[in-house]
Parts: sequence; C-alpha cells; structure tokens
Amino acid sequence: MSVLPPEDDILGRAYDARLMRRLLRYVRPYRAAVAGSVVLLLLAAAADLAGPYFVKVAIDRHIRVGDFAGVARVAALYLATLALGAGVRYAQNYITQVLGQRVMYDLRMDLFAHMQQLAVAFYARHPVGRLMTRITNDVDTLYEMVTSGVVTVFGDVFLLAGVVAALVWLDWRLALLALSVVPALVAVTGWFQARSRESYRAIRVRIARINAYLNENITGMAVVQLFNRERRNFLRFDQLNRDHLAAHLQAHRTFALFFPSVGFLGAVATGLLLWYGGGQVVQQAVTLGVLVAAMQYTERFFRPIQDLAEKYNILQAAMASSERIFRVLDEPVTVQDPPDPVPLSRVRGEVEFRNVWFAYPATGSPDSAGSSPRAAPARPADGEPPLPPGTDGWVLRGVSFRIRPGESVAVVGHTGAGKTSIINLLLRFYDPQHGQVLVDGVDVRRYAQRDLRRHVGLVLQDVFLFSGTIASNIRLGTPEIDDERVRRAAEFVNAHRFIERLPFGYATPVVERGATLSAGQRQLIAFARALCHNPDILLVLDEATSSVDTETELMIQEALRRIRAGRTSIIIAHRLSTIQDVDRILVLHKGRIVEEGTHRELLARGGIYTKLYQLQYRDQEVLGAAGDSPAGRRGAGG
Amino acid sequence: MSPRLWSYLRRHARSYVTGFLVGSLASVLLMLDPLLLRLGVDAIAAGAGGKVLARYAAALVGLHLVVWVLRYLWRMQILGASRRIEAEIRNDFFAHLQRLHPGFFQHTRTGDLMTRAVSDLSAVQRFVGPGLMHVSNTVVLAAVAVGFMLSIDVRLTVYLMVILPLVSLTFAVLGPLIHRRYEAAQEQFSRLSARAQENFSGIRVVKAFAQEPYEIQAFADLNREYIRRNLAVIKTEGVLWPLMSFLLGLAAVVLLWQGGQAVVAGRITLGQFVQFVGYLAQLSWPMVALGWVVNLMQRGSASMARLEEILRQRPRIADPPDARPLPAARGEIEFRRVTVVFDGVPALQDVSLRVPAGTTLAVVGPTGSGKSTLVALIPRLLDPTEGEVLVDGVDVRRYRLGDLRRQIGMVTQDPFLFSESLRENIAYGLDGPDEAAVLRAARIARLDADVADFPHGYDTMVGERGVTLSGGQKQRAAVARAVARDPRILILDDAFSSVDTHTEEEILSALREVMASRTSVLISHRISTVRHADQIVVLDGGRVVERGTHDQLLARDGLYAALYRKQLLEQELEEAEVDPA
Repeated sequence: MSVLPPEDDILGRAYDARLMRRLLRYVRPYRAAVAGSVVLLLLAAAADLAGPYFVKVAIDRHIRVGDFAGVARVAALYLATLALGAGVRYAQNYITQVLGQRVMYDLRMDLFAHMQQLAVAFYARHPVGRLMTRITNDVDTLYEMVTSGVVTVFGDVFLLAGVVAALVWLDWRLALLALSVVPALVAVTGWFQARSRESYRAIRVRIARINAYLNENITGMAVVQLFNRERRNFLRFDQLNRDHLAAHLQAHRTFALFFPSVGFLGAVATGLLLWYGGGQVVQQAVTLGVLVAAMQYTERFFRPIQDLAEKYNILQAAMASSERIFRVLDEPVTVQDPPDPVPLSRVRGEVEFRNVWFAYPATGSPDSAGSSPRAAPARPADGEPPLPPGTDGWVLRGVSFRIRPGESVAVVGHTGAGKTSIINLLLRFYDPQHGQVLVDGVDVRRYAQRDLRRHVGLVLQDVFLFSGTIASNIRLGTPEIDDERVRRAAEFVNAHRFIERLPFGYATPVVERGATLSAGQRQLIAFARALCHNPDILLVLDEATSSVDTETELMIQEALRRIRAGRTSIIIAHRLSTIQDVDRILVLHKGRIVEEGTHRELLARGGIYTKLYQLQYRDQEVLGAAGDSPAGRRGAGG
Repeated sequence: MSPRLWSYLRRHARSYVTGFLVGSLASVLLMLDPLLLRLGVDAIAAGAGGKVLARYAAALVGLHLVVWVLRYLWRMQILGASRRIEAEIRNDFFAHLQRLHPGFFQHTRTGDLMTRAVSDLSAVQRFVGPGLMHVSNTVVLAAVAVGFMLSIDVRLTVYLMVILPLVSLTFAVLGPLIHRRYEAAQEQFSRLSARAQENFSGIRVVKAFAQEPYEIQAFADLNREYIRRNLAVIKTEGVLWPLMSFLLGLAAVVLLWQGGQAVVAGRITLGQFVQFVGYLAQLSWPMVALGWVVNLMQRGSASMARLEEILRQRPRIADPPDARPLPAARGEIEFRRVTVVFDGVPALQDVSLRVPAGTTLAVVGPTGSGKSTLVALIPRLLDPTEGEVLVDGVDVRRYRLGDLRRQIGMVTQDPFLFSESLRENIAYGLDGPDEAAVLRAARIARLDADVADFPHGYDTMVGERGVTLSGGQKQRAAVARAVARDPRILILDDAFSSVDTHTEEEILSALREVMASRTSVLISHRISTVRHADQIVVLDGGRVVERGTHDQLLARDGLYAALYRKQLLEQELEEAEVDPA
C-alpha cells in the first residue's frame, strides 16, 4: 500500500552500463573539467596524507634530538601544505560543482526542448505533476550523482590507497596491524548502509502517508466535520504518526549503534598499535614518530570507507532517475514535420476537411470527461470503420466541408458534438485516423507545423494567461511585435479601454493565470493576442460564459466582427447571437455534419439548429432575468 | 524559547536529563583516551615492557566499549524524545485543525498549512533533537578538555582556545550567508518550475502560436539564472569545509610547533604532547557542530513561531458553554431573517423560511445566488451574520455541535471522497461497521450496479491508489454516504449535476420512500429534480425572489418558468435523432 505513484518509487540496480554510457555523454563536453578536477582531487588527498608524515618527521628528527629550529621548519612546511590543501580543495569542489551545474543545465534543456516537440496527446496522457518531477527532482538527483558520486569516488579510492601505501611504507607490520580492523569496519558499514537504507525507505513511505492523510483531511475538512469524524480521524492520524515515529526510532537505533562503533574500532586499532608498536619502539625496531604517524593514518581511512558506502545509494537513485528521464527523451515525436515541407509563406485561406474520421487516444482517466456526457457511443455502428485500438471512440465520423478564402463559417452543435476536434485537427495538435485536412489544397501534414500555425490565429475558450504582464500576454514571445502593435491590436478589439484603467496599464502583472481579470476581459486579451499575430485563418472557440456582463458581451461580439473581416474564420460557437451574420453555419451533431446553410435557411428548416437557437434564446431569457445578480462573486454561493 | 515548546520539553524532562547525564559521562570518559595514550607513549619512551603496554591498550578498548554503550543511550534518549515531541506537535496540529471552522480553510491555502506541518515541524525537531544534543555535549566536552589541558600546559591551552572557537565562528557566520543564498536559489528554482508547469498546462497556446523557440529561450534564461545562483551558493559553501579543516589543521600546526618546542625544552613530556594532539582530535567535530547548532536553533525558533500562528487560531464555530443535547430531531427547520456577509459582500440578505418536519424544500437560482450558503447554515458549517437558524424551534448555535450534525446527512457540491475503500467511504458517518446500512445506501444511490463491476467490489480503493471514479459515481457515492447514516435531515447541494437525468429520477424516487418522514433540502439546477418538492424557493442575489409549488411558480411565469422552458428544449435536443444532411 504505497502512497507514492508506483513509477516514482522503483529503485533498481545501482549500476546499469547502458544508462551510464548515456549519462556520460552529457559529461563528455566537459572532459577537461573532469580531468582537472581529478588531478586536484589527487593533490588534495596528498595534502591530507602529508599531516601525519610531518608529525613523524618532527618527532623523530627534531623533537627527540632537541632541535628547536627544526620543529619550527617542519611546522612551517606543514602549514604551507595545509594552506595549499585548503586552496586545492576549494578549487576542486568549485570545478566539480560547476561541472555538475552545467550537466544539469544541459539535461534540463534537452528535456524541455524535447517536450516542446511532443504532441498535445502526450500532455493529455501525462499529468503535469509527473512531468514536473522529471524536470525538477529527477534532474537534481543526477546532479548529485555527478558532483558527489562520480568524481569523489576517485578521491575516496585514492585516499584509501594512499593511507594503505603510507602505512606500509612506514612499517609493514604496523600496517597489517592497523588494517586488521578493516574487515570489521567494512562489515559494520555495510550493515549500517543496508539498515539505514531500509529505515529511510520506511520513513519516506510513512511520512508520505501522513502528509497524504493530512492533506486530504485539510481539503475535506467540511466533510470530516459534517460526518462527526473528528475523533476517529484523529485516532487514525495518531496511528500513522506512531508508525512514523517507530520508523524514526528504528533509524536512530541504527545510527546510535553505528556511529560510536566506528569510534570503538578506531580505539581497537590504536590499542593494537600501542601494544605491539609500543613494544617495537622499546626494542628500537621502529621509531616513536613512526608509531604516532601510524596511529594518525589509521584514523584517516575510516572516513573514505563510509563515504564509499554512501555512494551506493546515490548511484541507485541516479539510475532510477535517469531511466525515467530517458523514457521521456525517448518519447517519439508523433506529430512530426515532413522531411521536405511544402513552403507556406502566404496563405490564401482555403480550408477543407475530406471525409475525416477522428478518435482521441485513450487517456486512461475516465474522470476527465467529468460532467459532460459523451454523445458518441464506443461501439462502431454499421458502415463505420473499425475503431482504432487505444482510442476513446469516434468523435468525428466522416466530416467533409470546404471553406473558401475569406469566408467566415461557424460550427455549432451541442456539447460533445465534436466541435473542438475540428480545431485540434486543423492546427495539427492531432492527426486524423482517416481522411485529410487541407489548407490551400495541401494536406496539413505536408507543412512544417510552425509554418502552418503561424498563419492560424487561435482564440481558446478558457483563455490561458501566462505569468507576466498584459502586454507580454498579447505579444507572447514574438519579438517583432512592438508595444505599438500590441496597443493597436488592443484598441481594435476594444480591450484598450479596460487595460488603460488597470493600475499599470499594459505593464500590469498577470497573477494566478489572470484570476483578477473578468472572464470577458480575458477573452478580449485573447482576441488581441490572436490579432497581433496577424493570422490568415482565424479560429475562435467561443463557448458561452455565463459570467460575462452585458457590456463586455457586446464588446466581445464587436471585436469578433472586426477581426473576422478579410480573413477566413472558423468560429466554434455556443452563443448563436455572435454568429448570425457569418456566411455559412455548419451544424455538427454526434460527430457528423447534419445541417448547413445561413442562419435564416437553417431556422426555416426547423431542425437541430432551430432547437439550439431556441435553447440559446431561453438561456438569454434566464440570464436576462437574473442579469442584475453580480457575476462571479466569491463565497459559498450556490 | 516559546512557552509552548518549553512545555513539550518539560513533558520529556526525564529523557533529556538522562540523556544529558549519560552524554556528559561519555564525554568525560572520552577525555581519558588522550590521557591513556600519553601514559602509553611515556611508558614507551621510558622503555616499559609489553605487559604495561597491553594493559594500556586494553584500558583504551574497554573505555571505548563503555563510551559506545553510553553514546547509544545518549542518542536514543535525546533524539527519541525529540521524535516524540515531533509526533505530539503533529497530533496537536491535526487536532487543532479539526476544531477550526470550514471558513478558515477557504481563506488558508492547503499548501501553506502543509508547509508548516512538514518543513517547519522538522526544523523544530532538529532544534530539540540534534540541536540540544550537540550543544550540551560540546559544552561538557570543551569544559573537561580545557581542564585537562590546563593541568598540562597553560600556554598550549590558550593557543588552542584561541583557534578552536574560530571553527565554530566560521560556521555561525557563513551558515546564515549560505542559507540566504540558498533561499535565493530555491526561489529561482520555484520560478523555473512554475514556468515549466505553465508551459505544460498551456501547451495548446504555446503550440498554436508557434511559441516553442521562445519558450525554450525563456526557460533557458531562467535555467541559466538558477545555475548562477547555485554557483553563488557553491562559492560560499565551498569555503566552509576547506576553511574549517584549515583552521583545525592550523591548531595542529601550532601544537606541533609550540608543543614540539615545549617537549624539546623539557616543559612537557612527549606523551603529554601526544595527549594534546588527542584533545584536539576529540574537540574538532564538537566545535564544528556548535556552529551548526546555532543555525539550527535560529531556524527552529522561527519555525515554532510559524506553527504557533496556526495553533493560536480560535475556532469560530464551537459548542456553547451550556450546550443542549439533541438526541433525535423532529426535523423542523426555520430561517429567521438570516443575513450572511462575506468580506463585506452580502451572500444572503434577510432570508426567512420555514420547512416543516417531514417536508421537502427545493432551492433553485442562478450561480452565486446564495443557495449553498443557505444550506451550509443548517449543520453550522457557517454561522449567520445576522438572524438565526432554528432546528426544532431552537437556534442551532445552542445545540451540541456533534449532536446537531449527527442528525444531518449532507451531500456537498464537491463530492469529496477519501482515499479509502468504497465501503469505508459510504460508512463514513456511521459509528461502527454496518454492512446492511452500506448496502442499503448504495442501492438507494444506485451505486450498487457500478460496484458490482469494480475489481474488489466495496473493498475497491477510491482515488489515486484505486479506481478513478467518474463525476457521477463520486456524486452517487456521496449520496450513499449521506443516506447511510439515516439522517433526520437530508441536504443535497447540487448532488446530481454529473448524474444523468434518468438515474437521478430513480435515486429521487428511492429517496422519497426512505425520506418519507424526514426533512429534505435540495439544491438543483434541474427542474425535474425539484418539481415534486413541497416547497420551492428561487434565490437571486441572496434574496428569495419566488416561492411556492411547481405549479404555482409556473403560473407566475417568472425566473422559474423561464428555467423550466429552457430545460424542456434541452431535453428535446438530447433526444434528437441523427439525420445526416
């Protein structure tokens, strides 16, 4: 019963050659830095090893013979070595960290740039939270591996080798004696690593459970209180809390046993040296300085052994993270540009759908459908092509229509009729399973996506505002659009007046996705945004928003009329009042075009359109009657 | 230290005192280690035999064995107590949140409460755990070591006592600087994450306007700045360890130089020199820890203050001093001139209504007209600003809160389910397991057929760890949860918005049987839901604008009648045949 999403909790092997090779590709550009870092590391370790040697020299050559000046000389040398060591260590650390930061930068950019190429379907399939983990935590884990994993392993190994070599060089018998505790040290450290890894895992899982439960109770506190669950939920929380406490106590026990045991083993080694080495000194087989130096060297191999054991955990986590990162990097770009795209510098604006059949890839989360019941049944009816595997059922069923350059066409239909899919296909967010979508007589799949989209302006129903300013939301990132153009566009769509009244005008920051702006104002900004980019084909998804006051509503309609002029426009509309003067109306019902004509013609037919129209009319009647209620008010209102 | 934290500590006084005593004893013993070494070295210099040396060696090992045991107890006592305090604070925090009124949670972001419960709490734990543990240890260790050192040589002691505090000082000074830079880097990291998150959420706009290159550029800029700030951290942090090890090394050099000359001059023995080197080694880590601990304490106190901000919040909805019990309500509800104001904006204005026991009230009206506010007053999720709400003729504020709510089954607009099994969710308001009640409620809510399709039936987990329920299934589960406790008053706040009309009709007729003698209040946008109610009120702008039965309201030809005609048409459209043109 893990609370963590399964994908994120898998820890596999600590070393995987394939993954490692791929990771090293990111380090390769910085070979020089790696080499420099390793050299400095060796120097730093050497400086570390020099200390006990100086002590030995001082004792044997100077102190024991009463050489005042000699002691000072050795001390000065020692000091110089220390200063050098500190400098080298700082430089080494800095180079390594810079290297790690660069690799992290590259990896994050690769990931982000790749994700920008992925089709909209990818984003429909993966929750944003999970994608965020890839680009944040997983990259950080690899950073840790680069900085404290790969490079410092060299340092630890060298330091260990150096200590052993120094001990043997001093006196091989003393070396053997000192190293006799190493097997015990390795065993204890191994035990500690395994135990602490287990404990950490238990703690992580249990704290996640506590936090999930706390989070859920905070979010659902009204329900908790309504159903008198305070006492019982508290007892449950207390239980989770106790489990977590138990895991921590277990971890503390492991630590409390381990840390002093290292000190104990050190004492054993020192004791052995004192007893045997002391005897040797007395027998004048070794000097006293050698003995003291041997004791000090012995202290120095405890740290690297513990460090090396820690590296195992880092490697394991890094392998799991890199596996997940590479899975995203390996995600195929499903909506791809053709190898030799048809150039598209000027668009006439002819749009055609030729017998288009389309079904969305299954997202695996039925909840997203939410309150809007899908009209289309999943079972294919007579004469329908078989449903492609892994899809949610036909949304468009053999849709064909043609729009002349400069013509304005409205697509209407009830919820779930498939209106939005028309936009998704025309912009190539998705490709249809059968049939073709053509712009200027050429299949959209033969254009480069950017070329195609540069000529198509989109106004979405739920206007997405980015953090930034009003101006930056109109301009987006397009550098050619200067302030003057932003302003002209805003004036054209009647947005200028309200923007001017904002505290900082066009420079007013947009916070929380524009929560401080009304729905109508957001819509006008979206119009200005589309207009600024001067599209040849305009797509407007304009579902009814109940929270728009009458004045803004009129402004939106006026803006829509203006920017439609002189360009091909497709308006996916719910508000029939906005589209009465378009050239043609297509009525989409359950994935098919069922009626087509002008507003008047369709009304005369008395079919689906007529019903939709009456529905709208009633809607407005109801809204009109309720018109004086302030819209979008905060609070617990119905 | 805040009085509240002090009271938690006092509760664990025994553990702390034991821990400090045991830890101090271990420190004193550790200080004997250099002494033994000195005796050994001096004995060697004097040409002593193997036996003597063996005795010193054995004493050294034995000493560390005892230290091992003492230090184990020391850590377990103090760190264990700190973890217990952490758990206690967490429990108190949770219990306190449960007492706060639902309005508090609308004004406070969940993320903010979570941060306090997670990060701040662990900062407090580090303060009362490792913080107190090391600070006491360092003081004792330093005192004992200085005592021993003074007994050997004053001058050498003075040298060490000048250099070693510099180590603590380094950490105490650089620590906050690093922390500040680290915070700046984290801030940039949040910006980077926010940018990515916005990009992923708004990917359609990004792609529709061909903004990918710009987005990549903007992300690169943020990324670069993040790296720059990280390097600023590294530049300072990188100084820390080399500088501290240099200072420790400096102490060793001074010792070698001055101590060596002292040996040469005959002021101290070679053994005493080795003893000094030993004290230096023993003191290194505690001196580093001392600087670290200063930071822990500063952060721990700030975090405790943030926790107390929440713990000090007074519950606005609570039992009155002499609360009346309400064992079984008849179910009469009355609103008397009720006005509710949120932040100066009225949500309900002067509403008076009476719902006789056993009847059904339906509430309709446009979004924001105050429907949910009205029904939230009955179980006291909210108290009115003016006027009163009565159940069985008594102001609800005079009842025992638990008793009042036990009489009510409510389905809120957001059908919040918990990540537990379906059975537990339905039985949420029951005092104990009652399989029959669960099954009956599921049947009434028309959830039984869905459950039969689930892999584990009623044991199926809801939410992330189990099945993802559709909006309609969630609402029906919430209805089952409300019905299962067999309430005297049933409140359905827009409980069927994601349920199709046909199923809704079935549930309502099943409910009508069960609720025959109970009082019901329903909010709905659908006329089909409310038409059978004994009494229908239309709210608009927080006021009752129409009231009556279905037929009366149709005859009035007002807001209600308009809504009715609209829905008839919608229904026709739903049923329209496909007629390809």
